[in-house]
Amino acid sequence: MQLPLWPEAASAIASDVDHLYIYLTLVSVVMSVLIFGTIFVFAIKYRRKSEDETPAPIHGSWRLEVTWSIIPFLVMLTFFWWGAKIYFLNATPPPEAMDVYAVGKQWMWKLQYPGGQREINELHVPIGRPVKITLASEDVIHSFFIPALRVKHDVVPGHYDVLWFNATKAGRYHLFCAEYCGTEHSGMVGWVTVMNPADYENWLAGGGSAGTMAQQGERLFEQLGCSGCHLVDRQGRGPNLRNLYGSRVQLTGGQTVLADDAYIRESILNPNAKIIAGYHPNVMPSFQGQLSEEGILQLVVYIKSLAIANAPGAPTASLLPAIIPQPVNLARRLAPQQDGGKQ
Amino acid sequence: MSTAIQEPQQTTETVNYLNAEYGWKSWLFTTDHKRIALLYLISISVMFALGGVFAMLIRLELLTPQGDMVTSDTYNKLFTMHGVVMVFFFLVPSIPATLGNFLVPMMIGAKDLAFPRINLLSWYIYIAGALFAVASILMGGVDTGWTFYTPFSTTYSNTFVITAAVGVFISGFSSILTGLNFIVTIHKMRAPGMTWGRLPLFVWAHYATSLIQVLGTPVVAITLALLALERGFHIGIFDPAIGGDPILFQHMFWFYSHPAVYIMILPGMGVISEIITCFSRKGLFGYWFVAGSSLGIAIVGFLVWGHHLFVTGMSMYAGLYFSLMSMLVAVPSAIKVFNWTATMYRGSITYQTPMLYAFGFIGLFTIGGLTGLFLATLGIDVHLTDTYFVIAHFHYVMVGGMVVAYLGGLHFWWPKITGKMYPEGWGKFSALLVFVGFNVTFFPQFILGYLGQPRRYHAYAPEFQVLNVMSTAGASILAVGYVIPLIYFIWSLRYGKPAGDNPWGAKGLEWTTQSPPTTFNFDQTPIVTEEAYAYSKKPEVEVG
Repeated sequence: MQLPLWPEAASAIASDVDHLYIYLTLVSVVMSVLIFGTIFVFAIKYRRKSEDETPAPIHGSWRLEVTWSIIPFLVMLTFFWWGAKIYFLNATPPPEAMDVYAVGKQWMWKLQYPGGQREINELHVPIGRPVKITLASEDVIHSFFIPALRVKHDVVPGHYDVLWFNATKAGRYHLFCAEYCGTEHSGMVGWVTVMNPADYENWLAGGGSAGTMAQQGERLFEQLGCSGCHLVDRQGRGPNLRNLYGSRVQLTGGQTVLADDAYIRESILNPNAKIIAGYHPNVMPSFQGQLSEEGILQLVVYIKSLAIANAPGAPTASLLPAIIPQPVNLARRLAPQQDGGKQ
Repeated sequence: MSTAIQEPQQTTETVNYLNAEYGWKSWLFTTDHKRIALLYLISISVMFALGGVFAMLIRLELLTPQGDMVTSDTYNKLFTMHGVVMVFFFLVPSIPATLGNFLVPMMIGAKDLAFPRINLLSWYIYIAGALFAVASILMGGVDTGWTFYTPFSTTYSNTFVITAAVGVFISGFSSILTGLNFIVTIHKMRAPGMTWGRLPLFVWAHYATSLIQVLGTPVVAITLALLALERGFHIGIFDPAIGGDPILFQHMFWFYSHPAVYIMILPGMGVISEIITCFSRKGLFGYWFVAGSSLGIAIVGFLVWGHHLFVTGMSMYAGLYFSLMSMLVAVPSAIKVFNWTATMYRGSITYQTPMLYAFGFIGLFTIGGLTGLFLATLGIDVHLTDTYFVIAHFHYVMVGGMVVAYLGGLHFWWPKITGKMYPEGWGKFSALLVFVGFNVTFFPQFILGYLGQPRRYHAYAPEFQVLNVMSTAGASILAVGYVIPLIYFIWSLRYGKPAGDNPWGAKGLEWTTQSPPTTFNFDQTPIVTEEAYAYSKKPEVEVG
């Protein structure tokens, strides 16, 4: 029989959370002991000794009221401040974090890696490298929860959520769905394997035969006929997506919007939502219902790769071995089709 | 009759609200607030028993980690119906509709509530809502969780969501009408001399509760109506596949449902103020602070709902605001606990059953409140939300707080309501069982939560079993603690010792009239000349 009383702590943030939790617990114990002790002492000391005793009235004390309002509130402010610090740290993944993509679906977790590896209900990550997980849901709200890493984020359909961590201890840890999602909610569980970097490289090398995520996205891009308007078009039907990702684009209404994952996702599913200045609505069909969330993520990764490859001052090719060559090749391959496309 | 000297035997022969009229019509068409309180008492007891059975089945399933007693669909329906029945059909009406209904008019020296027929109407509306809820159970149940989160509830669930939602929607109007009735009654029907500063804290607590009921309940009605529109007619409001926003539902739902937990706990706090003063034979320490803290909770309680959404992707800055506000709302609760404690200082304390429940309340509510601060702390909530820690926290507040206060109140006013005493020894014994059983049930769940066991899990990881077995064992003790009072309360109706008008030597206008009271409560409108809890003046019947 196991009787665990404390969860494993396997991430950089876990010990921060634990320290704050211990602090809160200590304050709570002290407060409880003070209150219960006082009540106990009063209950004994002031028990009724004769039936007709009538204690003198005490109406209260401003000084006491102010004291026991202000002091607990000041203590609570320390909870607030420390908790907010951890929350903000949790909310902002470092820019160098490696990407993993997770899709929640009744009732499984589908994981994709930029290298093209895919898993169900299993997540493999290396020690000591920040990992950023982009979360999408295919149906209802799920919640991606790894207790040993003290991270949790709801996975809300209709947009992307992000969670990140930096694992510090090798091992296998629970992955739970924490938001009730229907019949097999409690079966929507899996394992997170935290590995030494060398083991992780070996693991990466062992999987993924369908090409990188960007390559998979590129195939979709072509199958769906996106490239005709978005890479090679000369008639102004759709904006060229090269170098789009990460830039701010001007919309017809005059406002600007950052071309990030969420923007690309929305533009695929609801193209009329945000029209780039100079283009017309109702040209692009919606792909709502035709693409899985995994497919959309592949397209996002591909479009992102188009920008990384071409952006001036982009990282050198050696840092991005898998992704760089693709858009270049694509552009060359598509070049002959330009004339055909013009009719 | 009014001049009769206390003669215990006489109570069975006097005309009172119970024997003034006979026959089922005299009950179903009554406008007497005391009879309506009893109608509510019976109805919510039935719902409590139903919700309790669901709870027991949940705990039995969780004895083993495999999820092998009922199917996962059945399990999901069990926890959903447990929540729906307990929250909307027991906790929300519990104290206000029973003890509040009975006592608010008596405590302010009125004959009845301001709108007696609306009071009866509120009970019929409650019954109509409860029938829908029960119908949804009989037809096959609901599996959305009591929170009805979208888009699961609107698009994916194949159960009787609309039937249950209609039940909750309808019962909300009963809550609104009760609140409205209390507000008008407390404003307009106080006896001469019953100034705001002389109101018992029970009345202040009900006033604050009523404000929330009237202002908050319409929002949950709107939310459920929108849910039904989306589910029934595919109007895209919450489901992103048809253009909606699922988080919008959560904002609207919690805008009511967080203040609703104050609907549930504030009347309990009112009960505790009455019990502590009576059994310490002393006025309440810091009357205005306790009264004001009820209003403070009612107001600030409307500004904290977002703490249910810290991991939904809500703006971090909104998270800061809601965290800070949630800390702030804890201050008035702390003020109450400190003032109750200070009230006992230099008092004259006895330990009858109601006082034991009051001790239990302070202990359990304190733990419930402190663990609420854990959940209000952003960095901790990320780990704890949607785990058993949350389950433990709100059961400490709702059961350890509210249900314990309700039981304490029932014992305290049972002699007034029925004219009979409950058996004191059994009372103390069952109070102890409730306290022990409750802690054994729910304390392990704090540990389970920090370990990471998610809530609403039919099957769970095997290493969590020992703590779950403890929890189930505690639930059995708790169940016995609930059944014993049920038995002796019914027993006391026939065999209980006559209570007399004021068995506790308590202050308050309700104790100045006979037990059980006459239909119009007082033979003459009382004139109030002293503050609440004026225990220091010698009780009139005492020999000097």
